[in-house]
Amino acid sequence: MTNVQSLRCKECGRDYPQEPIYVCDFCFGPLEVNYDYDAIAKNISRESIQDGPLTIWRYDELLPASRDNAVNIGAGMTPLLKADNLGKELGLNNLWIKNDAANPTHSFKDRVVSVAATKAVEFDFDTIACASTGNLAGATAAHGAKAGMNTMVFIPADLERGKILGAAIFGSVVLVNGNYDDVNRLCSELGDDRRWAFVNINMRPYYAEGSKSIGYELAEQLGWHAPKHVVVPVASGSLFTKVYKGLQEFAQLGLIDSADTKMHIAQPFGCSPVAKAFIEGQAYPKPVVPDTIAKSLAIGSPADGMYSVSIANKTGGSGTIVPESEIAECMKLLAETEGIFTETAGGVVISALRRLAREGVIGPDEETVALITGTGLKTLEAIADSVKTVTIDPTVRSFDEVVTGAPVS
Amino acid sequence: MPFRRVKFTFKTEKIQSPVIYELGHKFDVVTNIRRADIDSENGWVILEIEGTVDEIERGLEWVREQGSDVSSLDGDILAG
Repeated sequence: MTNVQSLRCKECGRDYPQEPIYVCDFCFGPLEVNYDYDAIAKNISRESIQDGPLTIWRYDELLPASRDNAVNIGAGMTPLLKADNLGKELGLNNLWIKNDAANPTHSFKDRVVSVAATKAVEFDFDTIACASTGNLAGATAAHGAKAGMNTMVFIPADLERGKILGAAIFGSVVLVNGNYDDVNRLCSELGDDRRWAFVNINMRPYYAEGSKSIGYELAEQLGWHAPKHVVVPVASGSLFTKVYKGLQEFAQLGLIDSADTKMHIAQPFGCSPVAKAFIEGQAYPKPVVPDTIAKSLAIGSPADGMYSVSIANKTGGSGTIVPESEIAECMKLLAETEGIFTETAGGVVISALRRLAREGVIGPDEETVALITGTGLKTLEAIADSVKTVTIDPTVRSFDEVVTGAPVS
Repeated sequence: MPFRRVKFTFKTEKIQSPVIYELGHKFDVVTNIRRADIDSENGWVILEIEGTVDEIERGLEWVREQGSDVSSLDGDILAG
């Protein structure tokens, strides 16, 4: 039993039944899950949430599937950590890090795929599929394994070996000879042609809802209120729009007093169509060809870019374009101050945060959350030139000479 | 008949060009506009194109050669 009323077109408002569809037949607008909020309001409370499992499924009243049949490997309820050391560096006294690297396959994608896989089982698909260069591959492969489904994970054949193996351990990975455009086109054709649950094609309306759980968790973990600022790495823009939606739903249901959070877009210089549109005052992003070390943000044609720009404007947020040269530096800054090893997207977020603090967009005492979406262990090549080590002989003398610099007696 | 749902994004210098009209005349495809937003500087059009697979691909390649971006309605599927 869920509280879903329909799928609703975000553009023209037409309603559709709950099926594996994702686009409006009339205006080609994206479909989004539409809930019966009156029914939800009768059943949900802070207490009922707190009595739930320590996963995204504690919020199942606000998800399109029930926890009773969830494909669950433990996504969600990741740590929200007070970041006093980093805050001191940046001049921010009320800074928090939401560490989604702590998810089962080490990224926020576990949230969305857990919901997509659950719906795929519900719709009686026997195959779950995705196209990915990293985090989504691992999340889809792992949840497909847990669900006992056939899994098709499409990866460009020239991807780093570690990323391929990280997904292949869970089951089927298909390496595609071709560039990003080739993989996109192939998957689009397969999505039309096969009866598969493609997590970010025909499962997209349900898949995307999983990201709302970050908004819910922020509010709950902060003691049932919304933060003043959230800085989010933006790729397709789906995460950005859904964190916002999660906070708004909690306010609408009276679980928090208000949700006046300012939503900040962070993108790397080599792929910044959404931040650029915001900065230039354009309503929608112009597609770009990505060229960034932040591979998880390399979406040149962002499906939810237009909606992200709108939300950043509506909330008094911002868009920041981060120099590529600062990404690894800021990964290192977060690691050295807070003990968190983020993926490159996190480096983008911390660099954007630093700029927003310097420019006074974020005030020193304003409650701010920086969203870390995945672990740096999958992108070691990004920091290979930034991290220094020392080598010694296995003697105390060598240790003193090289490490402590103490004079040798 | 095969069809593709696509989004054209036009550069400022192409706003005045009848790209979709010419696409329908130069190639054996039927175009069906569903949503658009165009002003004097920027513009995008979401449309359905129907024809043989080869003719659709040839037509879309021609649109790209005219300097307009052609993307899938779904945006990029390949995710991080």
